[in-house]
Amino acid sequence: MSEPLVRIERATCAYGGVPVVVNADLEFSPGDFTGIVGPSGSGKTTLLRAVLGTVHPVAGTVRRLRGLAVGYVPQLETVDWNFPVTVSEAVLMARTKGRVLPWAGPAERREVVVVLERLGIAELGRRHLRELSGGQLQRVFIARALLRQPQLLLLDEPTSGVDVRTRHDVLHLLADLNAEGLAVVLTTHDLNGIAAHLPHLVCLNTEVIGEGAPADVLTPEILQRTYGAPMEVLQHGGMPVVVDRSEPNDNVIRLRRGTA
Amino acid sequence: METLLEPFQFAFFRHGIVVATLAGGLCGLVGVYVVLRGMSYIGHGLSHAIFGGAAASAVVNVNFYLGAGIWGLASALMIGRVTRRRVIGSDAAIGVITTASFALGLVLFGSFGAARKSVDAVLFGSILGVTAGDVWVVLAVSLGAAAIVFFRYRALLFTTFDPEVADVSGVNTARTDALLMLVLAVSILATMKVIGVVLIAAMLVIPPVSARMLTNSFARMLWLSVVIGAACGLVGMYLSYHLDVSSGATIVLVGAVVFGLTFAMNGPRGLGRADRHTVAAPVMEP
Repeated sequence: MSEPLVRIERATCAYGGVPVVVNADLEFSPGDFTGIVGPSGSGKTTLLRAVLGTVHPVAGTVRRLRGLAVGYVPQLETVDWNFPVTVSEAVLMARTKGRVLPWAGPAERREVVVVLERLGIAELGRRHLRELSGGQLQRVFIARALLRQPQLLLLDEPTSGVDVRTRHDVLHLLADLNAEGLAVVLTTHDLNGIAAHLPHLVCLNTEVIGEGAPADVLTPEILQRTYGAPMEVLQHGGMPVVVDRSEPNDNVIRLRRGTA
Repeated sequence: METLLEPFQFAFFRHGIVVATLAGGLCGLVGVYVVLRGMSYIGHGLSHAIFGGAAASAVVNVNFYLGAGIWGLASALMIGRVTRRRVIGSDAAIGVITTASFALGLVLFGSFGAARKSVDAVLFGSILGVTAGDVWVVLAVSLGAAAIVFFRYRALLFTTFDPEVADVSGVNTARTDALLMLVLAVSILATMKVIGVVLIAAMLVIPPVSARMLTNSFARMLWLSVVIGAACGLVGMYLSYHLDVSSGATIVLVGAVVFGLTFAMNGPRGLGRADRHTVAAPVMEP
Protein backbone atom coordinates (compact mmCIF):
# COMPACT_ATOMS: atom_id res chain seq x y z
CA MET A 1 0.00 0.00 0.00
CA SER A 2 1.52 3.32 -1.07
CA GLU A 3 1.78 6.27 1.28
CA PRO A 4 -1.11 8.78 1.01
CA LEU A 5 -0.37 11.99 -0.90
CA VAL A 6 -2.48 13.96 1.58
CA ARG A 7 -3.71 12.93 5.00
CA ILE A 8 -6.36 15.09 6.70
CA GLU A 9 -6.80 14.28 10.38
CA ARG A 10 -9.63 15.78 12.45
CA ALA A 11 -9.16 19.05 10.57
CA THR A 12 -11.38 22.04 11.34
CA CYS A 13 -11.19 25.11 9.11
CA ALA A 14 -12.89 28.40 9.95
CA TYR A 15 -13.31 31.90 8.55
CA GLY A 16 -13.51 34.64 11.19
CA GLY A 17 -14.27 32.10 13.92
CA VAL A 18 -17.09 30.45 11.96
CA PRO A 19 -16.26 26.79 11.26
CA VAL A 20 -16.68 25.81 7.62
CA VAL A 21 -15.19 22.31 7.78
CA VAL A 22 -15.34 20.39 11.06
CA ASN A 23 -13.39 17.32 12.14
CA ALA A 24 -12.64 16.09 8.63
CA ASP A 25 -10.75 12.79 8.35
CA LEU A 26 -9.74 11.99 4.77
CA GLU A 27 -6.88 10.56 2.73
CA PHE A 28 -5.98 11.02 -0.93
CA SER A 29 -3.61 8.40 -2.34
CA PRO A 30 -1.85 7.85 -5.69
CA GLY A 31 -4.35 6.70 -8.32
CA ASP A 32 -7.40 8.03 -6.44
CA PHE A 33 -10.24 9.63 -8.37
CA THR A 34 -12.45 11.27 -5.76
CA GLY A 35 -15.44 13.58 -6.00
CA ILE A 36 -16.49 15.85 -3.13
CA VAL A 37 -20.21 16.60 -3.19
CA GLY A 38 -22.36 18.77 -0.99
CA PRO A 39 -24.63 21.82 -1.05
CA SER A 40 -23.37 25.38 -1.55
CA GLY A 41 -21.47 26.56 1.52
CA SER A 42 -20.80 23.00 2.69
CA GLY A 43 -17.02 23.55 2.75
CA LYS A 44 -16.00 21.86 -0.52
CA THR A 45 -13.78 24.68 -1.78
CA THR A 46 -12.38 25.24 1.73
CA LEU A 47 -11.41 21.57 1.89
CA LEU A 48 -9.58 21.90 -1.44
CA ARG A 49 -7.83 25.03 -0.18
CA ALA A 50 -6.78 23.18 2.98
CA VAL A 51 -5.22 20.49 0.76
CA LEU A 52 -3.51 23.22 -1.29
CA GLY A 53 -2.22 24.85 1.88
CA THR A 54 -3.85 28.25 1.29
CA VAL A 55 -6.26 27.66 4.19
CA HIS A 56 -4.76 26.46 7.45
CA PRO A 57 -6.85 24.35 9.84
CA VAL A 58 -7.59 25.90 13.23
CA ALA A 59 -7.58 22.38 14.69
CA GLY A 60 -6.32 19.04 13.43
CA THR A 61 -3.76 18.62 10.65
CA VAL A 62 -3.40 18.42 6.89
CA ARG A 63 -0.20 16.53 6.02
CA ARG A 64 1.10 16.53 2.47
CA LEU A 65 3.70 14.11 1.20
CA ARG A 66 7.09 15.81 1.23
CA GLY A 67 7.73 17.51 -2.13
CA LEU A 68 4.17 16.82 -3.34
CA ALA A 69 3.42 18.60 -6.64
CA VAL A 70 -0.21 19.74 -6.77
CA GLY A 71 -2.02 21.13 -9.80
CA TYR A 72 -5.05 23.32 -9.18
CA VAL A 73 -7.88 24.24 -11.54
CA PRO A 74 -10.10 26.98 -10.05
CA GLN A 75 -13.75 27.62 -10.86
CA LEU A 76 -14.06 29.24 -14.30
CA GLU A 77 -16.19 32.01 -12.80
CA THR A 78 -13.23 33.25 -10.75
CA VAL A 79 -11.17 34.00 -13.87
CA ASP A 80 -11.37 37.23 -15.89
CA TRP A 81 -12.07 35.84 -19.37
CA ASN A 82 -11.37 39.26 -20.83
CA PHE A 83 -7.77 39.33 -19.60
CA PRO A 84 -5.38 39.98 -22.53
CA VAL A 85 -3.56 36.66 -22.76
CA THR A 86 -3.49 33.89 -25.32
CA VAL A 87 -3.93 30.20 -24.51
CA SER A 88 -0.17 29.56 -24.68
CA GLU A 89 0.57 32.53 -22.41
CA ALA A 90 -2.01 31.34 -19.87
CA VAL A 91 -0.56 27.80 -19.84
CA LEU A 92 3.01 29.11 -19.59
CA MET A 93 2.11 30.88 -16.34
CA ALA A 94 2.69 27.54 -14.61
CA ARG A 95 6.38 28.09 -15.34
CA THR A 96 6.65 31.35 -13.37
CA LYS A 97 8.51 30.33 -10.23
CA GLY A 98 12.22 30.99 -10.46
CA ARG A 99 12.03 32.45 -13.99
CA VAL A 100 13.65 35.85 -14.53
CA LEU A 101 13.33 36.55 -18.25
CA PRO A 102 9.87 37.54 -19.50
CA TRP A 103 9.92 35.40 -22.63
CA ALA A 104 9.73 31.63 -22.89
CA GLY A 105 12.71 29.62 -24.07
CA PRO A 106 12.43 26.98 -26.84
CA ALA A 107 12.19 24.15 -24.28
CA GLU A 108 9.32 25.86 -22.46
CA ARG A 109 7.49 26.56 -25.71
CA ARG A 110 7.88 22.89 -26.66
CA GLU A 111 6.49 21.80 -23.29
CA VAL A 112 3.44 24.02 -23.80
CA VAL A 113 2.83 22.54 -27.26
CA VAL A 114 3.13 19.00 -25.87
CA VAL A 115 0.63 19.60 -23.06
CA LEU A 116 -1.81 21.35 -25.41
CA GLU A 117 -1.55 18.41 -27.83
CA ARG A 118 -2.14 15.99 -24.97
CA LEU A 119 -5.40 17.79 -24.18
CA GLY A 120 -6.42 18.07 -27.83
CA ILE A 121 -6.25 21.88 -28.02
CA ALA A 122 -2.91 22.39 -29.82
CA GLU A 123 -4.59 24.48 -32.51
CA LEU A 124 -5.84 26.99 -29.91
CA GLY A 125 -2.39 28.14 -28.74
CA ARG A 126 -2.58 31.59 -30.31
CA ARG A 127 -6.25 32.21 -29.52
CA HIS A 128 -7.35 34.72 -26.89
CA LEU A 129 -9.17 33.30 -23.85
CA ARG A 130 -12.44 35.07 -24.60
CA GLU A 131 -12.63 33.31 -27.96
CA LEU A 132 -12.91 29.92 -26.24
CA SER A 133 -15.90 27.87 -25.16
CA GLY A 134 -16.36 26.84 -21.54
CA GLY A 135 -15.01 23.36 -22.26
CA GLN A 136 -11.96 24.67 -24.12
CA LEU A 137 -11.21 27.10 -21.30
CA GLN A 138 -11.45 24.27 -18.79
CA ARG A 139 -8.90 22.32 -20.84
CA VAL A 140 -6.59 25.35 -20.90
CA PHE A 141 -6.58 25.53 -17.10
CA ILE A 142 -6.09 21.77 -16.81
CA ALA A 143 -3.15 22.15 -19.24
CA ARG A 144 -1.69 24.90 -17.03
CA ALA A 145 -2.03 22.64 -13.98
CA LEU A 146 -0.46 19.68 -15.84
CA LEU A 147 2.56 21.74 -16.90
CA ARG A 148 3.65 21.60 -13.26
CA GLN A 149 3.75 17.79 -13.62
CA PRO A 150 1.58 17.25 -10.55
CA GLN A 151 1.01 14.02 -8.66
CA LEU A 152 -2.35 15.35 -7.45
CA LEU A 153 -4.81 17.39 -9.51
CA LEU A 154 -7.47 19.40 -7.67
CA LEU A 155 -10.42 20.84 -9.59
CA ASP A 156 -13.09 23.13 -8.17
CA GLU A 157 -16.41 22.60 -9.94
CA PRO A 158 -14.84 21.68 -13.30
CA THR A 159 -18.20 21.17 -14.99
CA SER A 160 -20.07 24.12 -13.54
CA GLY A 161 -21.94 26.05 -16.24
CA VAL A 162 -20.97 23.81 -19.17
CA ASP A 163 -23.26 21.80 -21.42
CA VAL A 164 -23.80 18.03 -21.33
CA ARG A 165 -21.32 17.27 -24.13
CA THR A 166 -18.57 19.37 -22.50
CA ARG A 167 -19.25 17.77 -19.14
CA HIS A 168 -18.89 14.36 -20.75
CA ASP A 169 -15.62 15.39 -22.45
CA VAL A 170 -14.13 16.83 -19.26
CA LEU A 171 -15.05 13.71 -17.29
CA HIS A 172 -13.43 11.44 -19.90
CA LEU A 173 -10.33 13.61 -20.02
CA LEU A 174 -9.95 13.39 -16.23
CA ALA A 175 -10.53 9.62 -16.35
CA ASP A 176 -7.74 9.30 -18.95
CA LEU A 177 -5.36 11.39 -16.81
CA ASN A 178 -6.25 9.27 -13.79
CA ALA A 179 -5.59 6.10 -15.80
CA GLU A 180 -2.11 7.49 -16.53
CA GLY A 181 -1.48 7.59 -12.77
CA LEU A 182 -2.56 11.10 -11.77
CA ALA A 183 -4.60 11.33 -8.56
CA VAL A 184 -7.68 13.50 -9.16
CA VAL A 185 -9.90 15.21 -6.60
CA LEU A 186 -12.78 17.39 -7.74
CA THR A 187 -15.77 19.13 -6.23
CA THR A 188 -19.12 18.99 -7.98
CA HIS A 189 -22.79 19.79 -7.57
CA ASP A 190 -23.68 17.36 -10.32
CA LEU A 191 -24.72 14.12 -8.61
CA ASN A 192 -25.94 12.24 -11.68
CA GLY A 193 -23.74 13.67 -14.44
CA ILE A 194 -20.42 13.50 -12.57
CA ALA A 195 -20.51 12.11 -9.03
CA ALA A 196 -22.28 8.84 -9.87
CA HIS A 197 -19.58 8.07 -12.47
CA LEU A 198 -16.62 8.45 -10.10
CA PRO A 199 -15.06 5.53 -8.24
CA HIS A 200 -14.98 7.33 -4.88
CA LEU A 201 -17.15 10.03 -3.29
CA VAL A 202 -17.04 12.20 -0.20
CA CYS A 203 -20.37 13.68 0.95
CA LEU A 204 -19.67 16.91 2.82
CA ASN A 205 -21.85 19.28 4.75
CA THR A 206 -19.37 20.98 7.07
CA GLU A 207 -18.69 17.47 8.40
CA VAL A 208 -17.90 14.44 6.30
CA ILE A 209 -21.29 12.71 6.17
CA GLY A 210 -20.23 9.70 4.11
CA GLU A 211 -17.33 8.36 2.10
CA GLY A 212 -17.02 5.46 -0.33
CA ALA A 213 -18.21 4.16 -3.70
CA PRO A 214 -21.25 5.91 -5.22
CA ALA A 215 -23.41 2.86 -4.57
CA ASP A 216 -22.55 3.09 -0.87
CA VAL A 217 -22.91 6.84 -0.29
CA LEU A 218 -25.60 7.91 -2.74
CA THR A 219 -28.34 6.65 -0.47
CA PRO A 220 -31.47 8.53 0.63
CA GLU A 221 -30.23 8.68 4.24
CA ILE A 222 -26.78 10.12 3.47
CA LEU A 223 -28.17 12.50 0.84
CA GLN A 224 -30.85 13.70 3.29
CA ARG A 225 -28.12 14.44 5.87
CA THR A 226 -25.88 16.06 3.25
CA TYR A 227 -28.41 18.26 1.49
CA GLY A 228 -31.12 18.54 4.14
CA ALA A 229 -33.74 17.58 1.55
CA PRO A 230 -35.45 14.29 0.74
CA MET A 231 -33.98 12.51 -2.27
CA GLU A 232 -34.82 9.25 -3.93
CA VAL A 233 -32.15 7.00 -5.42
CA LEU A 234 -33.12 4.87 -8.41
CA GLN A 235 -31.00 2.35 -10.29
CA HIS A 236 -30.42 2.78 -14.00
CA GLY A 237 -28.02 0.56 -15.94
CA GLY A 238 -26.35 -0.46 -12.68
CA MET A 239 -25.76 3.13 -11.62
CA PRO A 240 -27.48 5.20 -8.96
CA VAL A 241 -29.68 8.05 -10.20
CA VAL A 242 -30.62 10.70 -7.64
CA VAL A 243 -34.09 12.23 -7.89
CA ASP A 244 -35.04 15.34 -5.93
CA ARG A 245 -38.27 14.71 -4.06
CA SER A 246 -38.77 18.32 -2.96
CA GLU A 247 -42.44 18.44 -3.98
CA PRO A 248 -43.29 21.96 -2.75
CA ASN A 249 -41.02 23.41 -5.44
CA ASP A 250 -42.82 21.41 -8.13
CA ASN A 251 -46.11 22.83 -6.92
CA VAL A 252 -44.75 26.37 -7.07
CA ILE A 253 -43.66 25.84 -10.67
CA ARG A 254 -47.02 24.37 -11.62
CA LEU A 255 -48.84 27.21 -9.90
CA ARG A 256 -46.78 29.84 -11.71
CA ARG A 257 -47.33 28.17 -15.05
CA GLY A 258 -51.05 27.93 -14.32
CA THR A 259 -51.37 31.62 -13.53
CA ALA A 260 -49.19 32.86 -16.38
CA MET B 1 8.76 77.63 -37.30
CA GLU B 2 10.29 79.97 -34.78
CA THR B 3 7.06 79.99 -32.79
CA LEU B 4 6.95 76.20 -32.82
CA LEU B 5 10.49 75.91 -31.44
CA GLU B 6 10.24 78.90 -29.14
CA PRO B 7 9.55 76.99 -25.88
CA PHE B 8 12.66 74.84 -26.32
CA GLN B 9 14.93 77.82 -25.70
CA PHE B 10 13.83 77.76 -22.04
CA ALA B 11 15.54 75.30 -19.70
CA PHE B 12 12.40 74.92 -17.57
CA PHE B 13 10.43 73.82 -20.66
CA ARG B 14 13.10 71.38 -21.78
CA HIS B 15 13.07 69.86 -18.28
CA GLY B 16 9.29 69.89 -18.24
CA ILE B 17 8.80 68.16 -21.57
CA VAL B 18 11.34 65.43 -20.76
CA VAL B 19 9.72 64.83 -17.38
CA ALA B 20 6.20 64.89 -18.87
CA THR B 21 7.16 62.33 -21.54
CA LEU B 22 8.79 60.07 -18.97
CA ALA B 23 5.90 60.56 -16.53
CA GLY B 24 3.34 59.67 -19.21
CA GLY B 25 5.25 56.54 -20.14
CA LEU B 26 5.69 55.59 -16.47
CA CYS B 27 1.98 56.04 -15.73
CA GLY B 28 1.20 54.01 -18.85
CA LEU B 29 3.46 51.17 -17.68
CA VAL B 30 2.23 50.98 -14.09
CA GLY B 31 -1.34 51.72 -15.17
CA VAL B 32 -1.58 48.43 -17.08
CA TYR B 33 -1.46 46.53 -13.78
CA VAL B 34 -3.69 49.09 -12.06
CA VAL B 35 -6.39 48.70 -14.73
CA LEU B 36 -6.20 44.92 -15.12
CA ARG B 37 -6.43 44.47 -11.34
CA GLY B 38 -9.39 46.85 -11.11
CA MET B 39 -7.35 49.06 -8.77
CA SER B 40 -8.04 52.44 -10.37
CA TYR B 41 -9.45 53.73 -7.10
CA ILE B 42 -6.26 53.06 -5.17
CA GLY B 43 -4.24 55.09 -7.71
CA HIS B 44 -6.68 57.93 -7.20
CA GLY B 45 -6.59 57.49 -3.43
CA LEU B 46 -2.81 57.27 -3.08
CA SER B 47 -2.26 60.42 -5.11
CA HIS B 48 -4.66 62.30 -2.82
CA ALA B 49 -2.99 60.86 0.28
CA ILE B 50 0.42 61.99 -0.95
CA PHE B 51 -1.00 65.51 -1.32
CA GLY B 52 -1.14 65.70 2.49
CA GLY B 53 2.54 64.79 2.59
CA ALA B 54 3.35 67.37 -0.06
CA ALA B 55 1.59 70.05 1.98
CA ALA B 56 3.35 69.09 5.19
CA SER B 57 6.72 69.04 3.38
CA ALA B 58 6.13 72.54 1.99
CA VAL B 59 5.02 73.92 5.36
CA VAL B 60 7.89 72.50 7.42
CA ASN B 61 10.36 72.96 4.53
CA VAL B 62 11.36 69.33 4.18
CA ASN B 63 12.41 67.77 0.85
CA PHE B 64 9.24 67.11 -1.20
CA TYR B 65 10.12 63.53 -2.18
CA LEU B 66 11.11 62.60 1.36
CA GLY B 67 8.07 64.09 3.08
CA ALA B 68 5.46 63.07 0.53
CA GLY B 69 7.08 59.64 0.10
CA ILE B 70 6.98 58.83 3.80
CA TRP B 71 3.42 60.14 3.98
CA GLY B 72 2.30 58.08 0.99
CA LEU B 73 3.92 54.92 2.31
CA ALA B 74 2.35 55.46 5.74
CA SER B 75 -1.07 55.92 4.09
CA ALA B 76 -0.65 52.73 2.06
CA LEU B 77 0.37 50.78 5.17
CA MET B 78 -2.54 52.24 7.14
CA ILE B 79 -4.98 51.24 4.38
CA GLY B 80 -3.57 47.72 4.48
CA ARG B 81 -3.84 47.55 8.27
CA VAL B 82 -7.42 48.82 8.41
CA THR B 83 -8.41 46.45 5.60
CA ARG B 84 -6.81 43.42 7.28
CA ARG B 85 -8.85 44.03 10.43
CA ARG B 86 -11.91 43.45 8.19
CA VAL B 87 -14.01 45.93 10.15
CA ILE B 88 -14.51 47.99 6.99
CA GLY B 89 -13.83 47.15 3.33
CA SER B 90 -10.71 48.24 1.46
CA ASP B 91 -12.67 50.77 -0.64
CA ALA B 92 -14.01 52.42 2.51
CA ALA B 93 -10.52 52.36 4.08
CA ILE B 94 -9.05 54.04 1.00
CA GLY B 95 -11.89 56.59 0.99
CA VAL B 96 -11.49 57.56 4.65
CA ILE B 97 -7.69 57.60 4.93
CA THR B 98 -6.83 59.24 1.64
CA THR B 99 -9.52 61.94 1.73
CA ALA B 100 -8.58 62.73 5.34
CA SER B 101 -4.97 63.09 4.23
CA PHE B 102 -6.05 65.28 1.30
CA ALA B 103 -8.16 67.45 3.60
CA LEU B 104 -5.25 67.81 6.01
CA GLY B 105 -3.10 68.96 3.10
CA LEU B 106 -5.67 71.64 2.19
CA VAL B 107 -5.82 72.82 5.82
CA LEU B 108 -2.03 73.03 6.03
CA PHE B 109 -1.77 74.96 2.78
CA GLY B 110 -4.67 77.21 3.86
CA SER B 111 -3.11 77.95 7.23
CA PHE B 112 0.21 78.97 5.75
CA GLY B 113 -0.43 81.64 3.14
CA ALA B 114 3.14 81.59 1.89
CA ALA B 115 2.68 78.05 0.66
CA ARG B 116 -0.57 78.88 -1.17
CA LYS B 117 1.17 79.10 -4.53
CA SER B 118 2.21 75.49 -4.17
CA VAL B 119 -1.38 74.22 -3.92
CA ASP B 120 -2.27 74.71 -7.56
CA ALA B 121 1.08 73.28 -8.65
CA VAL B 122 0.60 70.13 -6.57
CA LEU B 123 -3.07 69.76 -7.51
CA PHE B 124 -2.79 70.33 -11.25
CA GLY B 125 0.92 70.13 -12.05
CA SER B 126 3.22 72.87 -13.22
CA ILE B 127 6.18 72.92 -15.58
CA LEU B 128 7.59 75.89 -13.72
CA GLY B 129 8.30 73.72 -10.69
CA VAL B 130 10.31 71.13 -12.63
CA THR B 131 14.04 71.27 -12.02
CA ALA B 132 16.97 69.37 -13.51
CA GLY B 133 16.94 67.29 -10.32
CA ASP B 134 13.33 66.27 -11.00
CA VAL B 135 14.35 65.06 -14.47
CA TRP B 136 16.88 62.70 -12.89
CA VAL B 137 14.39 61.54 -10.27
CA VAL B 138 11.69 60.70 -12.85
CA LEU B 139 14.29 59.08 -15.12
CA ALA B 140 15.56 56.91 -12.25
CA VAL B 141 12.03 55.93 -11.18
CA SER B 142 11.08 55.11 -14.80
CA LEU B 143 14.16 52.93 -15.29
CA GLY B 144 13.55 51.25 -11.92
CA ALA B 145 9.90 50.54 -12.76
CA ALA B 146 10.87 49.21 -16.21
CA ALA B 147 13.51 46.93 -14.64
CA ILE B 148 11.02 45.59 -12.08
CA VAL B 149 8.42 44.94 -14.80
CA PHE B 150 11.07 43.21 -16.94
CA PHE B 151 12.55 40.96 -14.25
CA ARG B 152 9.25 40.29 -12.46
CA TYR B 153 7.19 40.13 -15.67
CA ARG B 154 5.95 36.58 -15.23
CA ALA B 155 5.18 36.89 -11.49
CA LEU B 156 3.34 40.19 -12.01
CA LEU B 157 1.35 38.73 -14.92
CA PHE B 158 0.35 35.55 -13.07
CA THR B 159 -0.49 37.41 -9.85
CA THR B 160 -2.59 39.91 -11.79
CA PHE B 161 -4.42 37.25 -13.82
CA ASP B 162 -5.04 34.54 -11.23
CA PRO B 163 -3.62 35.30 -7.76
CA GLU B 164 -4.97 32.16 -6.11
CA VAL B 165 -3.39 29.74 -8.59
CA ALA B 166 -0.22 31.87 -8.70
CA ASP B 167 0.02 31.46 -4.93
CA VAL B 168 -0.31 27.68 -5.03
CA SER B 169 2.13 27.53 -7.96
CA GLY B 170 4.95 28.85 -5.80
CA VAL B 171 4.75 32.56 -6.69
CA ASN B 172 5.15 34.82 -3.66
CA THR B 173 1.99 36.84 -4.38
CA ALA B 174 2.17 38.89 -1.18
CA ARG B 175 5.66 40.11 -2.06
CA THR B 176 4.65 40.72 -5.68
CA ASP B 177 1.63 42.77 -4.59
CA ALA B 178 3.76 44.77 -2.15
CA LEU B 179 6.32 45.44 -4.88
CA LEU B 180 3.61 46.69 -7.22
CA MET B 181 2.19 48.98 -4.53
CA LEU B 182 5.66 50.37 -3.91
CA VAL B 183 6.21 51.02 -7.63
CA LEU B 184 2.77 52.65 -7.83
CA ALA B 185 3.40 54.93 -4.83
CA VAL B 186 6.86 55.95 -6.06
CA SER B 187 5.53 56.56 -9.59
CA ILE B 188 2.75 58.81 -8.28
CA LEU B 189 5.28 60.70 -6.18
CA ALA B 190 7.66 61.17 -9.09
CA THR B 191 5.02 62.33 -11.57
CA MET B 192 3.03 64.53 -9.20
CA LYS B 193 4.90 67.75 -10.01
CA VAL B 194 4.05 67.54 -13.71
CA ILE B 195 0.63 65.92 -13.82
CA GLY B 196 -0.69 66.94 -10.41
CA VAL B 197 -2.55 65.02 -7.70
CA VAL B 198 -6.02 65.38 -9.16
CA LEU B 199 -5.13 64.12 -12.62
CA ILE B 200 -2.62 61.33 -11.96
CA ALA B 201 -5.38 58.74 -11.61
CA ALA B 202 -6.54 59.66 -15.13
CA MET B 203 -3.07 59.06 -16.58
CA LEU B 204 -2.89 55.72 -14.79
CA VAL B 205 -6.10 54.66 -16.54
CA ILE B 206 -6.40 56.35 -19.96
CA PRO B 207 -3.24 54.95 -21.67
CA PRO B 208 -3.79 51.31 -20.59
CA VAL B 209 -7.50 51.38 -21.41
CA SER B 210 -6.74 52.88 -24.84
CA ALA B 211 -4.03 50.23 -25.37
CA ARG B 212 -6.40 47.47 -24.26
CA MET B 213 -8.88 48.56 -26.93
CA LEU B 214 -6.17 48.05 -29.55
CA THR B 215 -4.87 44.60 -28.62
CA ASN B 216 -5.62 41.27 -26.99
CA SER B 217 -1.96 40.66 -26.14
CA PHE B 218 -0.62 41.53 -22.68
CA ALA B 219 2.93 42.25 -23.87
CA ARG B 220 1.66 44.46 -26.70
CA MET B 221 -0.70 46.23 -24.28
CA LEU B 222 2.28 47.04 -22.04
CA TRP B 223 4.38 48.79 -24.67
CA LEU B 224 1.38 50.40 -26.40
CA SER B 225 0.31 51.87 -23.06
CA VAL B 226 3.82 53.24 -22.47
CA VAL B 227 3.92 54.78 -25.96
CA ILE B 228 0.44 56.32 -25.60
CA GLY B 229 1.27 57.68 -22.13
CA ALA B 230 4.59 59.14 -23.30
CA ALA B 231 2.98 60.69 -26.40
CA CYS B 232 0.25 62.26 -24.26
CA GLY B 233 2.91 63.68 -21.93
CA LEU B 234 4.94 65.08 -24.81
CA VAL B 235 2.07 66.60 -26.77
CA GLY B 236 0.20 67.74 -23.67
CA MET B 237 3.20 69.54 -22.24
CA TYR B 238 3.94 71.23 -25.56
CA LEU B 239 0.34 72.39 -25.97
CA SER B 240 0.16 73.61 -22.37
CA TYR B 241 2.97 76.07 -23.09
CA HIS B 242 1.24 77.56 -26.13
CA LEU B 243 -2.22 77.55 -24.54
CA ASP B 244 -0.83 78.83 -21.23
CA VAL B 245 -2.87 76.38 -19.17
CA SER B 246 -2.06 73.72 -16.55
CA SER B 247 0.31 71.05 -17.86
CA GLY B 248 -1.47 68.22 -16.05
CA ALA B 249 -4.87 69.18 -17.36
CA THR B 250 -3.58 69.44 -20.93
CA ILE B 251 -1.82 66.07 -20.74
CA VAL B 252 -5.00 64.41 -19.48
CA LEU B 253 -7.10 66.14 -22.16
CA VAL B 254 -4.74 64.86 -24.85
CA GLY B 255 -5.15 61.42 -23.29
CA ALA B 256 -8.92 61.79 -23.45
CA VAL B 257 -8.68 62.66 -27.16
CA VAL B 258 -6.52 59.56 -27.76
CA PHE B 259 -9.09 57.46 -25.91
CA GLY B 260 -11.88 58.98 -28.03
CA LEU B 261 -9.99 58.28 -31.26
CA THR B 262 -9.21 54.71 -30.19
CA PHE B 263 -12.85 54.16 -29.34
CA ALA B 264 -13.94 55.62 -32.67
CA MET B 265 -11.52 53.28 -34.49
CA ASN B 266 -12.52 50.14 -32.59
CA GLY B 267 -16.07 50.93 -31.51
CA PRO B 268 -17.92 48.67 -29.09
CA ARG B 269 -15.56 45.77 -29.93
CA GLY B 270 -12.63 47.66 -28.47
CA LEU B 271 -14.60 48.87 -25.47
CA GLY B 272 -15.68 45.29 -24.85
CA ARG B 273 -12.02 44.31 -24.66
CA ALA B 274 -11.24 47.10 -22.24
CA ASP B 275 -14.16 46.53 -19.91
CA ARG B 276 -12.84 44.27 -17.16
CA HIS B 277 -16.32 43.49 -16.01
CA THR B 278 -17.64 42.53 -19.41
CA VAL B 279 -17.20 38.79 -19.28
CA ALA B 280 -17.69 37.30 -22.70
CA ALA B 281 -20.36 34.66 -22.70
CA PRO B 282 -18.80 31.29 -23.45
CA VAL B 283 -19.42 29.94 -26.90
CA MET B 284 -21.10 26.63 -26.24
CA GLU B 285 -19.74 23.69 -28.12
CA PRO B 286 -22.08 22.10 -30.64
